[in-house]
Formats: sequence, structure tokens, C-alpha cells
Amino acid sequence: MALQSLDIKQRSATTTPSPQARQTMEIAKLIDVSACIGCKACQVACMEWNDVRDEVGSCHGIYDNPVDLTENSWTVMRYAEVEEQGKLEWLIRKDGCMHCSDPGCLKACPSPGAIIQYANGIVDFNQENCIGCGYCVTGCPFNVPRISKKDSKAYKCTLCSDRVAVNQAPACAKACPTGAIQFGSKEDMKDYAAKRITDLKERGYDKAGLYDPAGVGGTHVMYVLHHADKPNLYSGLPANPSISSLVTMWKGATKPLAALALAGVALGSLFHYVMKGPNEGSKEIEKEIEKEDAQ
Amino acid sequence: MQVNRRQFFKICSAGLGGSSIAVMGFSPTAALAEVRTYKLARATETRSTCPYCSVACGLLVYSTGDRSKNSQSEIIHVEGDPDNPVNRGTLCPKGAGVRDMMQSKDRLKWPEVREPGTNEWKRISWHDAIERITKHMKADRDKNFVTQNKDGVTVNRWPTFAALAASAATNEGGYITVKMLRTLGVTQLDTQARI
Repeated sequence: MALQSLDIKQRSATTTPSPQARQTMEIAKLIDVSACIGCKACQVACMEWNDVRDEVGSCHGIYDNPVDLTENSWTVMRYAEVEEQGKLEWLIRKDGCMHCSDPGCLKACPSPGAIIQYANGIVDFNQENCIGCGYCVTGCPFNVPRISKKDSKAYKCTLCSDRVAVNQAPACAKACPTGAIQFGSKEDMKDYAAKRITDLKERGYDKAGLYDPAGVGGTHVMYVLHHADKPNLYSGLPANPSISSLVTMWKGATKPLAALALAGVALGSLFHYVMKGPNEGSKEIEKEIEKEDAQ
Repeated sequence: MQVNRRQFFKICSAGLGGSSIAVMGFSPTAALAEVRTYKLARATETRSTCPYCSVACGLLVYSTGDRSKNSQSEIIHVEGDPDNPVNRGTLCPKGAGVRDMMQSKDRLKWPEVREPGTNEWKRISWHDAIERITKHMKADRDKNFVTQNKDGVTVNRWPTFAALAASAATNEGGYITVKMLRTLGVTQLDTQARI
């Protein structure tokens, strides 16, 4: 029997493997940047569903509001004005967690069970287990998690894991009035993206394509981009995201080495004890010290 | 318990060693996790219409309780109605955030009047409000109504009055509103529903 509503693929800082026998449908959210009008209904629906409210900010001279992801704004629209093919283009990208297949946050997290990857692809933070160290922020190739100033715990998009667990679409996808956010099985989303890309190519966007970066094993939030060859145009979407080599080293090669060193120290101490015996101080000196302490 | 210096150090090092080993992941824990519990389970679902504009998107309003006699309901969530042909479950940012308007501290819940010479708003009844407005309208219309223009053509205008109709009015409501106001001679007539 499953002990949870969604099967778990992996869990932060846990070596015990999760049960893997059941097959779960992989899900994905597809953000069609070419269909987005930047209305921010997704931002509002996200806050409304997740019971978070951001502070009323101030205008920074651009449409981005808030200007960056926060612990309460798990998704933000980023507006980029670029000149492409002699035309001014307004590229609006919905930023937020990409739900990587190989999540850097989970790899970096030292707290058992604070970050969980479900078998359907959702990477979720469990704030109950979060120790607020901020390693997930460093580990994320997309700079997504944010530490709350209120409770010092990390927050980010959950892909509405609570809704998905009961077969509902995430709040943002449901609200989107232009259908720029689609939700379904990863296969279906790829098929849908293929149709959109064909359409975009017919309209003159030769480089239109799907953003599903292999460097993080693919993502469960994908983009349809008109300029898939230049993801950087879309407010700095990384072209080849990958987990920082520092995190990979620290959690990969150095981990067994550190364990080995630890075992070596323990073994060394044992041998030292066997060969040299316990470290015995002279009885006289000890008595003197005790006398001094008593005074 | 009597602990001497040596024993104290032993206890400390044992504790420190044990906890460091646990922290380093040598104490396996069962791989358990759970998503946030679905917050709408057994909430009361009510169909409604968005009040913001004339598109009149369908809403599903979720509230606590099951409407039993002793349970006082409170709205906990609003989302689009997938069965409504207008929006098919989608909403704009205003509609998606309509719960905050419903529960806003600044929401006007009853008629208020600020009488001449004061800066205070006074709560009045709906009956008093309608009567007061009607009296003002009648006085103004009696004073300013124009039956003929300067060329002697009958116009029957009431130029000193303007009306702004509600946004969520249906076609029928809009028809009645226009009919009534034109009957009074109103020329400046608009609705908030120009999107």
C-alpha cells in the first residue's frame, strides 16, 4: 500500500530507496510563450490557491510585478523587449520552478525529506522538514527557490501537487485565459508543443522549438519558444542549464571520500586504543588538580 | 546523579558522536512524504458569476461547511467554472483574485451618505438611500430639464444627470436600464463594462 497519495521517486538526504514498482504517469506543464498576453492571471490564481499573498510593491518602470520571484510569488511574468529580425518583439515568459527530472535543489539539500521528487515528475518542498540552509537556492540552475523572511524556510512552485494528486490541473494552468499554459501527461504536452511549433514555423519563426533542457534530465515545465535557438532572449532563460559542478562534486565524489576518511579515523582510533591503551594521566597530577578544583 | 569531570567528557563526546552520525545520514528513515491535503474536499461548491465585467465569467465559489443549520460558511476559494460556456474554467487576473475583493476590509456592504457640510459617512438603510436618491433626481430634473432647444425643436433632455450602469448586468438588465434612463431624458449613459 502506498503511504502517500503520490508515489515518491527520491527524497533529499535519504539513502533508503523509495518503492519503484508502480508505474505513474509523468505529467508536465507546457507554457506556450507565443500565446501569452502577460495578463498575470496565473500569478493571481497561484497566490489564491496556495494561500500566499505578496506585499504590494512599487512600480519599477517595467511590467514585471513583483520584479523577482519571492517566497510568496512562486511564479512571475518576465517581460523582455528585444529586436529580432528587424522587428520589436515583446517576449513574455512565465518564470517559476521547472520541476527538473534531475533536480539540483534536491541534490544539494542536506535535510532528509525536505525536498521530494514524486514519480509523476513534481519536485516539492516540504517546509516541515526544511532547515532553511538555502542550499537549494545554490543548487537550482534556474535560481527559483526563495527563503521566507517570516519562517526562514524555502518556498517555490509545487506544480499544485495537492491539485494534481486529485487529478486537477495546477491553478495557473486552469486560469490561463489564452490557453498559453497547458497541462497533461508529458507525452501529450510534447505532442501539443509539436503542433504549436509547426504553426509558428509556418508563421515565419524558423527557429521555433520546445525548451526541455537535457542538462537537467528534461523538465516537467516546458516552454514553446519562437526563438528556441536563443533562450537567453527570454529574460535570461539558460541555454544549457546544469547542476553546479560544486554541488555535483560535493554530493557525488566527495561524499564517499568523506565517509572513507570518517571510517579511517574511527579505525585508527581503535588501533591506537588496542596498541597504546587508554590515555592515562598520572594519578598524582590528577589529585593535585582535583584539590585545586575543590578550593 | 554525581558526574565527575572525566565522565562528563565521556557523555559529551558520546552525544556529539551519535548526533553527528545521525546528521550525516547514517540513521535511515522511511521515505515518507505527503502533499498538502486537498483543501476543497467536502467544501460547499456554489456556482456564481464574476462581478467585474460584462464577459460575466462563470465562477465556482468554495466555502466552508455544508450549509447545515449551525455551521456558518466562509468563502475559502474561488476558481473558474469549467461548465460555463463563456470562460470554460479560465479567469483573468481580476476574476482569479475575486475572493480578495469579496473579503476586502474596504468593501462597501451597505449604503452610506455624506451629507453637505460634513466629512463623515453615515450608514443608512436601503430604503432611505433609494428615497434620498430619488428625491435628488426629481429635484434636479425639475430644475434642469430641457424640453426644446434654442431652435424650438423638442428634445426632452436632462443634461445635468449622468448614469453609470453596473458591469455584470445581463442583456435584459441592460435593456431595462437604458429604457428607463432614456425615458427620463438622460443623454450621458455609460457602463463600467467597456472592456
